[in-house]
Amino acid sequence: MKWILSYLKPLRKRIAVGVTFKMLGTVSELMIPFLLSYILENVIHTNKIQSILLFGGLMALFSLTACLGNIIANRMAAKTTMLFSTQMRRQLFSKTLHLSARNVDSFTIPSLEARITSDTYNVQNFIGMIQKMGIRAPILLLGGTVITLIMDNKLALVMIATLPVIFAVVYGISRMGVPLYSTVQRSVDSMVRVVREDAQGIRVIKALSKVKYENARYDKANLALKKNETRAATIMGVVNPIMTLLMNLGIVGVIGVSAYFVSQNRSSSTTVIAFMQYFTLISMAMMSLSRMFVMYTKCAASAKRISTVLECENELKPREDDGKGDSSLHVSFEKVSFSYLGKKNNVNNISFSLKKGESLGIIGPTGSGKTTVLRLLMRFYDPDSGIIRINGRDIRSYDANKLTRMFGVVFQNDFIYADSIKENIRFGRDISDEAITEAARIAQAHDFISSFAKGYSHKVSTGGTNLSGGQRQRVLISRAVATKPEILVLDDSSSALDYKTDANLRLALSKALPDSTVITVAQRVSSVKSCDLILVIDNGVIIGSGKHQELMESCSEYKEISDSQMGGALLD
Amino acid sequence: MTDKKKVSTEKRSKKGIFLRLSKYVLGQWPLFTVALALTLASNQLSLLGPRFSGAAIDAIEATGGVDFTSVWHNVTLMIACYAVSAVFAYLLSVVMVNLSQRITYRMRKQLFEKLTSLPVNYFDTHATGDIISHFGYDIDTINSTLSHDLIQVMTSLYTVIGSLLFMWQISKPMMIIFVLTIPVSVLLTRYRSRVVRPLFRKRAKKYGELNGFAEEMLTGSGTISAYGMQEEISSRFNKINGEAMDAFRNAEYQGAMLFPTINLVNNVSLSLVAIMGGILYMLSQNGTFLASSVFFITLGGVAQFVQYSRKFAGPINEFSNIIHEFQSAFSAAERVFTILDEAPEKEDDADAVGLDEVRGDVCLKEVSFGYTEDKTVLKNLSVTAKKGKTVAIVGPTGAGKTTVINLLMRFYDQQKGEITLDGIPSHKIKREDLRLAFTMVLQDTWLFCGTIYDNIVYGREDASPEEVYEAARSARIDSFIESLPDGYDTVLSDDGVNVSKGQKQLITIARAFLSKAPILILDEATSNVDSRTEIQIQTAMNELMKNKTCFVIAHRLSTIQNADTILVVKDGSIIEQGNHNELIKLGGFYSSLYNSQFS
Repeated sequence: MKWILSYLKPLRKRIAVGVTFKMLGTVSELMIPFLLSYILENVIHTNKIQSILLFGGLMALFSLTACLGNIIANRMAAKTTMLFSTQMRRQLFSKTLHLSARNVDSFTIPSLEARITSDTYNVQNFIGMIQKMGIRAPILLLGGTVITLIMDNKLALVMIATLPVIFAVVYGISRMGVPLYSTVQRSVDSMVRVVREDAQGIRVIKALSKVKYENARYDKANLALKKNETRAATIMGVVNPIMTLLMNLGIVGVIGVSAYFVSQNRSSSTTVIAFMQYFTLISMAMMSLSRMFVMYTKCAASAKRISTVLECENELKPREDDGKGDSSLHVSFEKVSFSYLGKKNNVNNISFSLKKGESLGIIGPTGSGKTTVLRLLMRFYDPDSGIIRINGRDIRSYDANKLTRMFGVVFQNDFIYADSIKENIRFGRDISDEAITEAARIAQAHDFISSFAKGYSHKVSTGGTNLSGGQRQRVLISRAVATKPEILVLDDSSSALDYKTDANLRLALSKALPDSTVITVAQRVSSVKSCDLILVIDNGVIIGSGKHQELMESCSEYKEISDSQMGGALLD
Repeated sequence: MTDKKKVSTEKRSKKGIFLRLSKYVLGQWPLFTVALALTLASNQLSLLGPRFSGAAIDAIEATGGVDFTSVWHNVTLMIACYAVSAVFAYLLSVVMVNLSQRITYRMRKQLFEKLTSLPVNYFDTHATGDIISHFGYDIDTINSTLSHDLIQVMTSLYTVIGSLLFMWQISKPMMIIFVLTIPVSVLLTRYRSRVVRPLFRKRAKKYGELNGFAEEMLTGSGTISAYGMQEEISSRFNKINGEAMDAFRNAEYQGAMLFPTINLVNNVSLSLVAIMGGILYMLSQNGTFLASSVFFITLGGVAQFVQYSRKFAGPINEFSNIIHEFQSAFSAAERVFTILDEAPEKEDDADAVGLDEVRGDVCLKEVSFGYTEDKTVLKNLSVTAKKGKTVAIVGPTGAGKTTVINLLMRFYDQQKGEITLDGIPSHKIKREDLRLAFTMVLQDTWLFCGTIYDNIVYGREDASPEEVYEAARSARIDSFIESLPDGYDTVLSDDGVNVSKGQKQLITIARAFLSKAPILILDEATSNVDSRTEIQIQTAMNELMKNKTCFVIAHRLSTIQNADTILVVKDGSIIEQGNHNELIKLGGFYSSLYNSQFS
């Protein structure tokens, strides 16, 4: 929670002014019942209509200052909250994007998403509320208690006695509701899952005539949901009647006790009327205080989740080059080993080197470590042992920005976002429209992009769902080649292209980027066939390296993969 | 068609929706009656409370000292009223929860059963997310209105009318003064719905955009850092964040007026009541007004009046909120009813025949079909597949290869031509029997959340456990399943054990092995599985194809070359047809594709 204070610090003047107005408004509110009882208790007996009008007028005046004070304070609070949350989200988002890959792995993307969306929302809500209710409720509670104590301390004690009960009931039941509603949420999830499964598998269901079976399966989920929801609501339904009952019993208590005091001339009946007003105010304040406690626990949990991201350290530290590299080599791996979890090595003792303009193909089963090699090269992670060099220099000695600028990269199922095709290729970089068109030509994307009514301005939906797999891949390749990078990395990024287009793409790449070193990871032999060097990786180890013809003779795994794919020309 | 449409829109007019929703409520009339009775009783009791407190105060005030008998009498009555009223209020909420849960359960059930009866076309034209939102958001909205707002309307009406009546009884002149402030309250609630609510809607929309952007960008966080674009993307986020926060502030800025102003109205009316009450009481005390006069009032009377005026204010302040919620519930109900009114898959013809033994001779005669009337996808397609023969369908993605399957399974009906099974036109066969003559293995493996055993036995319910294990063996997935800690009882779920894509595919193949259908529809996937699994899948599929009439969306050269007929699909129509040798000789699209892999 500490970081929240540091974010609020620059706003302290504004907060101070807002709080002052809030206090002004709340104190005015407190005056209203006081005046009411004063009129009924004292003014009435003066027999002066003017006095009644005067005090009635005062009531109206305090009503007005209460209203204005609250409006001004609420508006200032809105602005404070806005300034605070803007800053909080800005920092958190930027920090999230700058997290190292290892940090992202340990947080996981969905969790980071939740922190940016719902956790910031929880904190923001709490900050907004505390400025309003956080000031108002204690003042009403304290002020109300003090006034009632002054007015009649014995009666006040009757009333104060009920407050802890109100607090305990609201707080207790609200806490109890949390597990109840998470059970409900789980049954909602399983009910929705059946709907989703069936909407997606309707062909299988109809083909196997399973409609009755599915209806029964849904009914089970539906019944469970009904049961859990009924249970949660039955328990939570207690809150309102009990609160109302407690407040009313408090009033009854006040009346009963006051009858006794009045008879001994220790109290007056008009005090009772004022007490009833105060009691309502105070118990309302008590209710919002208890709710605030519940919200506080939620906010504190969220705040902690946010601060763990904000305080996260990047483990990739710069390191001096040892000067032992061979500067005639463009890219080289020297006995590189790496493990994601620090247990079993995901890549083991990988060595290879490429000269400028050469091409490398990496092939092997899923999970064999192909992509890991690329991630190490781009310094998403540092190897546990061994050295990776570019132009003879240890990549850990490069400035991070300088290093990334050497690369153009397409990952597996890479990222396409909701914007125009042009912007997806440009990807925020300073690239001219001509360069974008040229990149699209190289990537064999120009023709299909031009066939859209809006051409390069054609809007792509989130995840590129309105493009076919092959079209998506070509847009991504355009993005990667648009800056004519020194090193082009293509991770399984032409798998959806037909063989002809794939071949044309490779031809265009070698023509347009003759000096670029191209690294291709693929499942398809045909995509790496023409590379200067092909690595066959299995279980993180290089089990074959060389050119296509050499591997066909020397590496049985390679030959097996190649043979099983030869019908591929006729697929898509 | 147009007639039917007219009827259905009429049925879904505001009034129609109301009537239809009412039917659901009235279907639960015993509960509803109990709820109504409880509402009346509980409110009547809580309205009586202030009466007794007024009487008690008057008894305290009584000339000649406190009238204890009367005080205790009234205090006891108050406690009784409030306690019983609380019990009733709780019972009422229990009754309403049961009422609304029964109704929503029934609605969900009807909705789901409707959904499974709809033709496949519905699912092809409606996004899964939208369908789910009817079961989630829409029904929840209806539910909360039924369980919460319905009581609130009943309670509010009763409270408002009851409070007014009591106030009228206590003091008519004060009541008139009080009523003067009501129009201001009404104006305020209108301000809320006209000015403030749209701002809050905009705020919610902007939040949605903000979250959408953050989620979208985070999925690309690896790419963003690979390109060093963190700053650029952050600055875009900041822009959207700024907009969202502005929307937040605008909404809060206007919304900040609301509650203080409502309080102001309430407090001002309280001041008026105090002034008026004070004056009337003073004049009553000094004898100006006699007890019989309409202006006469006691101190207890003033206290009661104050309490009733507070009670009255509550529902009035909530009025526009409730109206809004009813509107949302109505539009949600409209969406739900729209699905309930969808036409289900056409009934089988009266003279449709069942199938006992199927040989598996399939014949398409001059079949034409288009998903929309203006675009024909298949034109005059004629293919014959005798028992045990294989038809391979090849061509680029999106070319309409699955259309043939859609027609064979009668997921869609062709517009022209005829498809026969063992010589019987397929539309003359009971749909269920027709479909059960086929086994499908599709590229999108479909498994549901349940055990592996349940997922395999799904292929034929009456299969014995031995048959299920045998099917797993044939699909070469048995040793994998047995290696899992829970074996066949392993639950397949999104967050459960790690079952790879290839293994899922093998499970669906095992499911297909259970079926005894003589015709096989196969989508040879080139899913991203490693080569070892790929070889396993291929072996399993070859095994599955034995002795069956097969329609294969083919990717593998061996399948294609061995097929008895190859259909080459391009841009939605069949451009070449024949066996491998014939097509190579033809020298068209197929042969150029075939040769491209050797270049």
